[in-house]
Amino acid sequence: MSLWHKHAIFEKNSIVLVIGVLVVIAIGGLVEITPLFYLKSTIEKVDGVRPYTPLELAGRNIYVREGCYNCHSQMIRALRDEVERYGHYSLAAESMYDRPFQWGSKRTGPDLARIGAKYSDEWHRDHLRAPKSVVPTTVMPAYPWLEATELDFAHIEDELKVNAALGVPYSPEMIREARADVKAQATTDAPDAAALLKRYPRSQARDYDGNPARITEADALIAYLQVLGTLVDFKLYDDKANIR
Amino acid sequence: MAQATVAPKSMTFGEGGTAIAFTVLALLSIVVAAKAYTPEYGFHAYLFAAGSVAAVFALFNRYFDRPAAPAPLVIDGKPNYNMGPVKFATVMAVFWGIAGFTVGLYAALELAFPVLNFDLPWISFGRIRPLHTSAVIFAFGGNVLIATSFYVVQRTCRARMVGDIAPWFVVLGYNFFIVIAGTGYLLGITQAKEYAEPEWYADLWLTVVWVVYLLVFLGTLMRRTEPHIYVANWFYLAFILTIAVLHLGNNAAIPVSLFSSKSYIVWAGVQDAMVQWWYGHNAVGFFLTAGFLAIMYYFIPKRAERPVYSYRLSIIHFWALIFLYIWAGPHHLHYTALPDWAQTLGMTFSIMLWMPSWGGMINGMMTLSGAWDKLRTDPVLRMMVVSVAFYGMATFEGPLMSVKAVNSLSHYTDWTIGHVHSGALGWVGYVSFGAIYCLVPWLWNRPLYSVKLVNWHFWISTIGIVLYITAMWVSGILQGLMWRAYTALGFLEYSFIETVEAMHPFYVIRALGGALFLAGALLMAWNLWQTVNARQAEPAATPALVPAE
Amino acid sequence: MADKTHVDAVTGTATTGHVWDGIRELNTPLPRWWLWLFYITIVWAVGYWIVYPAWPLVTAFTTGTFGWASRSAVVTDLNELKTLRAPMTTKLAATALADIKSDQALADFAYAQGRSAFRENCGPCHGAGGGGAKGYPNLNDNDWLWGGTLEQIRQTIEFGVRSGHAKAHESQMPAFGRDGMLKSDEIVTVANYVRAIANLATRRGTDLAAGKKLYADNCAVCHGAEGKGNKELGAPDLTDGIWLFGSDEASIIEVITNSRGGVMPAWAGRLDPETIKALAYYVHTLGGGEK
Ligand code: HEC
Ligand code: HEC
Ligand code: HEC
Ligand code: HEM
Ligand code: HEM
Ligand SMILES: [Ca+2]
Ligand SMILES: [Ca+2]
Ligand SMILES: [Cu+2]
Repeated sequence: MSLWHKHAIFEKNSIVLVIGVLVVIAIGGLVEITPLFYLKSTIEKVDGVRPYTPLELAGRNIYVREGCYNCHSQMIRALRDEVERYGHYSLAAESMYDRPFQWGSKRTGPDLARIGAKYSDEWHRDHLRAPKSVVPTTVMPAYPWLEATELDFAHIEDELKVNAALGVPYSPEMIREARADVKAQATTDAPDAAALLKRYPRSQARDYDGNPARITEADALIAYLQVLGTLVDFKLYDDKANIR
Repeated sequence: MAQATVAPKSMTFGEGGTAIAFTVLALLSIVVAAKAYTPEYGFHAYLFAAGSVAAVFALFNRYFDRPAAPAPLVIDGKPNYNMGPVKFATVMAVFWGIAGFTVGLYAALELAFPVLNFDLPWISFGRIRPLHTSAVIFAFGGNVLIATSFYVVQRTCRARMVGDIAPWFVVLGYNFFIVIAGTGYLLGITQAKEYAEPEWYADLWLTVVWVVYLLVFLGTLMRRTEPHIYVANWFYLAFILTIAVLHLGNNAAIPVSLFSSKSYIVWAGVQDAMVQWWYGHNAVGFFLTAGFLAIMYYFIPKRAERPVYSYRLSIIHFWALIFLYIWAGPHHLHYTALPDWAQTLGMTFSIMLWMPSWGGMINGMMTLSGAWDKLRTDPVLRMMVVSVAFYGMATFEGPLMSVKAVNSLSHYTDWTIGHVHSGALGWVGYVSFGAIYCLVPWLWNRPLYSVKLVNWHFWISTIGIVLYITAMWVSGILQGLMWRAYTALGFLEYSFIETVEAMHPFYVIRALGGALFLAGALLMAWNLWQTVNARQAEPAATPALVPAE
Repeated sequence: MADKTHVDAVTGTATTGHVWDGIRELNTPLPRWWLWLFYITIVWAVGYWIVYPAWPLVTAFTTGTFGWASRSAVVTDLNELKTLRAPMTTKLAATALADIKSDQALADFAYAQGRSAFRENCGPCHGAGGGGAKGYPNLNDNDWLWGGTLEQIRQTIEFGVRSGHAKAHESQMPAFGRDGMLKSDEIVTVANYVRAIANLATRRGTDLAAGKKLYADNCAVCHGAEGKGNKELGAPDLTDGIWLFGSDEASIIEVITNSRGGVMPAWAGRLDPETIKALAYYVHTLGGGEK
């Protein structure tokens, strides 16, 4: 009875109960979360990962807006069948600039972590406009409004600025040129493509939506899909390097 | 209380301060609306403006209508409970419940028959699914939690809720948050963080509402005339406090501009994943578990008229539960790019969480000892007891799914969906229905219109739940096995699209189960409507506003 | 409201004496089985922490006595799979494409590997069974844009068509309309001529002679004088009744006006050479197999 009696202090004083609860719930979070910010092994050192180009970032925001994460994961787990189906298991470094992360929790559709360069722009166009036209038994909804809607990138500098403030390495030049970079990347044979490529290695400039006259939401989303998983060269990656 | 009658009527600090705050908010909202980057955000700014103006109007209206003296705390030596906000939240719970189940059914039908997306942005699956999860968890579940917590804390403290405007601010403000969140999803305004999708301004608004909620709850605890705090209130308090901490941590974001609905989360990649599932798992642990355990701890003993089974078990399982739950988040990230050490912690703490969870089940079930016969005659009690059984099932299944070997199969599949809904429909749904069936007659002081209809509700929705979760278990395990199946020669046997095709029959069965569950809830709504609107002829079965002994 | 002596009549257990809104609490001891199971889970967890990576430290974390890591484990698993397939894979690598079918076991293996890779990677464009879709060629027929020998198919798969790969098939039909090479009435005329040589009905009043001239001047370089196509250039046979983009007048006009330039991705790099070889073998069997 004696020990049980001691509990009365929590039952008689609501502030003591508040403090007790706060202390007890703080511990687990602190132990699990804080080390992820200081343990060097959390994010691997690999070459190739860079911030998204302005067009890719705009595309990512459309991915977020449409809620693609409700059906698609972007996280290839370190499991045999996943590596065989989707490619090399995902590294933490590959999503280090992702705000928010889009690893997902449900695979109604396939993983998209390495979808980049797997299909043609035209296929993505067909697939987003009418998924059943290319995959008759799919359950994916159609997104015909994307190619019909002009991309709104009037405030793209602000978007880069906020990311930069949070630690994404966008240089002042990248921010200054953001709008020009959107236009350059959405154009085939753009004269500014070289400058874009210098700022964002491995970026690809072309008309993604099949309509050179306009820069649409489809341009942005397809540019984003086509870069996913293409930045790290896994032929050069050492599988023993980042065991943790 | 006597001197109050002669005092001249004057505006209280609360009334005046709130009116000023809302006036400022209305002006700010109009400025934002005018300069908003997108029409969708402008629409929300106008909603904020309209809501603020309505609030100011309501405040003045109330001021002119109310008596000069503040409501007495005690009448004839008995506490003068404040049940208006409780009634409001109860009604909203039923409304949002029906809405959320309907949207869930529609989402289920979209997966079974994708033409139902109709090529329209605002009803496409990716926008509808978060609408469903938020509507059932936060709109339905949240209103149930607010209603019952305000009811229970008053009755078990034998004290009137603190605050005059504050409780109304909590229930109205919370429901306004729901409207902003829900319309936002349909318009494509989302942070894409599961169960935390509302954008920065909705998050900020919720923070204000939640702090007031905490203050009202805590203030009422402090005003109690009982020496001890009842166990239900420990759970409510842990729920309110922890959700506040989680909400702030997971939604830390910087808006692109005051005039933009878009924000960027301060965490990125793997850290964001960990923070998200620290939040997501504990939204389950504290919103869907601790809060509803509090409901169980009041409504089951009350309805069964039996003492709670074990005080000592209450103590141990309460502290163990809240301590261990926080650690379990990484079980949502097994085999991902989250470091292995964190995954191990997530898995092992989930296993240790099994018994503390069952402690709640034991306390709920065993409270019935000596009153088992009531289950035959009282379908409301039966509903609550079955809900505790579902709780036991979900909290056995959860630790099982946390084992890495099991999770390597179950993760990403419908098995998770089956687990979710055995917890959500069985536990959260049923304990809520039970509490609402108790509350409405008590609050409106009338007998329930029809016990027979409750019985129908029980059986129809039980069949629905069984169809739903068995379909998802089969499809989830099938899906997991197909993904990893190899041919004898060592190649993947099925392509992804073949697994999509295999899900179809189960998606149809799930939708059928959902339809039955919804049908049951509609019966409940009808029953409650009839109860509330019954002419007050006979006296109530259970006297409601009679204070405790 | 404490009444320390209250005993519940049904169970005979003492209550704590408190009453809240009529609710009392029994002072039942913790169930034994429950407590033991709780202890067991804790002991199990501690054991697990010793064996597996578990606790974060200041600069590192406890790695566990086995040195187990999910990333080493998956590499081991993949290597096991490789070992399982190794006898056949080495054989496949060493065997010339044309000789695969003379070794039944190897042929079965290549077919299985090809089928698995095809359904996952190629199905979205060419259809699960290789039936194709508008703009994505049918691989079941024996009509080939870029040639249907094993070697030609392997080359197409490895480097793709207009894929951006340095060795890809590159030739592209001009956009006669968009780039102003033909006027729109000329396009209608030549389109009808194409329908004529394909034995399809033509629009009444079409000047087929003019169409023939336009065709000879602009198209024959690639599609051949008779319209039989040219596999060097990937120019389709226009007379065989098999259409990539459709045979109705509007579709043909669209192709001539804007050109389509369909892209087939290069799979070198994404898929290993043996998989590509197996795919070539598999696709070749689909179409009946051109020598
Ligand atoms: C209702 C669920 C659902 C939603 C929502 C959804 N998808 Fe899909 N997605 C699927 C399914 C199922 C497949 C597999 C069949 C197919 O290719 O259509 C798929 C396939 C894909 C593929 C091809 C992947 C591959 O490897 O073959 C891409 C790319 C894709 N989706 C992108 C998107 C994007 C971008 C969005 C949001 C704008 C989206 N999806 C929304 C279900 C969905
Ligand atoms: C993004 C869509 C896409 C994917 C994925 C794709 N293909 Fe293709 N494929 C095409 C298109 C488009 C063509 C026709 C190109 C042209 O116009 O010449 C083609 C042509 C071919 C050809 C030549 C057909 C002929 O008639 O000469 C072969 C063989 C082929 N693909 C095999 C494959 C295999 C094997 C795979 C999977 C490893 C694959 N394809 C994946 C789009 C695709
Ligand atoms: C430089 C070579 C070239 C020239 C010149 C050319 N074509 Fe083509 N044509 C092609 C190629 C390559 C394709 C394959 C389609 C693709 O993927 O772009 C094609 C496809 C077509 C098709 C679609 C066939 C189908 O199966 O759907 C038609 C019709 C056609 N050409 C007609 C013409 C006509 C008419 C002209 C002249 C006005 C012409 N072509 C000139 C290379 C050429
Ligand atoms: C009529 C009843 C219901 C139906 C038909 C229904 C249907 C659905 C559907 C179709 C999904 C999406 C599954 C997928 O993506 O594959 C879903 C997800 C979800 N539902 Fe329900 N639902 C119902 C009731 C509820 C209730 C009452 C709750 C909670 C209290 C709930 C909580 C959830 C949650 C949390 C998810 C997300 C699961 C995850 O991300 O893993 N649902 N529901
Ligand atoms: C001891 C208790 C529990 C444990 C250890 C547990 C464990 C788990 C695990 C392992 C998953 C799957 C994660 C994944 O693979 O993605 C999961 C998902 C989920 N569980 Fe539980 N569970 C418990 C109880 C409950 C209860 C009572 C509910 C009540 C409603 C619930 C609701 C959910 C939800 C909503 C998800 C889906 C999250 C998402 O992916 O969106 N769980 N749980
Ligand atoms: Ca364009
Ligand atoms: Ca949020
Ligand atoms: Cu969890």
